[in-house]
Amino acid sequence: MTLCKPDTELLRGRGACADRGTLRRPLRRGWITLAQGAVCALVLVLAPAWAADETDPEADRKALQAFFFAKFPKVAKDDFGNGPYAVNQEMRKQWKEIMEFPPYEFALDEGHAEWTKAFPNGKHYADCFDNKGEGIRQTYPRFIARTGQVETLEGAINRCRVENGAKAIDPMTGLMASLAAVMSESSRGKPFSIVIPDDPRALAAYQRGKEFYYSRKGQLGVSCASCHMSSAGERMRGDILAPALGILAAMPIYRSDWGSMGTTIRRIATCSSQTRAVPLNADDEDYRDLEYFLAYMSNGIAITGPGARP
Amino acid sequence: MMIRSIAGAIALATLSLSTLAATTQEEAQAALAAAQTAESEALAAKAAWMPTEATLTEARKAFGDGHWDQAKAAADKALSLARLSLQQANQQKTAWRDAVFR
Repeated sequence: MTLCKPDTELLRGRGACADRGTLRRPLRRGWITLAQGAVCALVLVLAPAWAADETDPEADRKALQAFFFAKFPKVAKDDFGNGPYAVNQEMRKQWKEIMEFPPYEFALDEGHAEWTKAFPNGKHYADCFDNKGEGIRQTYPRFIARTGQVETLEGAINRCRVENGAKAIDPMTGLMASLAAVMSESSRGKPFSIVIPDDPRALAAYQRGKEFYYSRKGQLGVSCASCHMSSAGERMRGDILAPALGILAAMPIYRSDWGSMGTTIRRIATCSSQTRAVPLNADDEDYRDLEYFLAYMSNGIAITGPGARP
Repeated sequence: MMIRSIAGAIALATLSLSTLAATTQEEAQAALAAAQTAESEALAAKAAWMPTEATLTEARKAFGDGHWDQAKAAADKALSLARLSLQQANQQKTAWRDAVFR
């Protein structure tokens, strides 16, 4: 019988002694390898979820833009601001004909006339905005630190009115759309440059907008992404679904379906009802956050508004 | 054979009588209240659907006209729709992440 020294054990089947460490090492190595493998597997499984939990607007923007550049390789970057006309040649021809006499011209006339009128306190719209309101549309929506909320262009116009003694107006259409058209026209060609400041509330607003964009809603159970991402460029009844990239660039729009002008909020509310969801109030935070997300996704895409749509 | 025929006739009569039993005003009112409560919850959650609203309107009108059967049927349908809309909203709280393009 082989007797082994202390700290050694008999190797079974070999009749020799070996360090306990030697014997245990393979076993320990096996368990460590198994544990490492389990951790790696866990990381691989959970990484997408963790990635989804992390808020990285710039990564989101790059991914979304890359998606659309790949989906529509023949569309120039700034042409995405022309919505369905960028991805359907037949519609583009019709649009070019319509644009010989742009249907939003009357709104521009009304907007210019209103812009120069004084408020009850003698101030003007130009006094409320950077650079007198010229060439700044592409920076809206903005996160306002004072309120901790997102402010749309229409929200800023209404705030300007109220702060200077005038009443707030319907943010969806009419005079508001005309004023927004004037500001949009002065920004034509300038790329969206939405800022998410280093403020957790701003990031949270962006994230809520992203959640809204991807959440299925209404009795039809569709999300913004369902139509404007996966199905962008395809037909839905008589319409061509515009890509989400650049979808706000032409706002406000004259929409043939409405027979009038409408702002971003009007279009979002219409979309809500088209999914058979009860639309929210025009100034709802959810809509503003969605606009914030969509505009940020279009950073770098040129303003094309005011625009015309089917 | 005769006993079977009689039994069958009794069963048929019972079934016919039960389907003819009318909804009471109280039953219709309770159904309407339940539907309205569920829809209020859906509206508060910003999850309401337009067909739910339309069906509730129909139920209220039928109730106002004294048509209890119609009112209850519409209210029950509105309740189902409201519950579905809330279920959708709850599911989407996490499900939206699976749709995110990466």
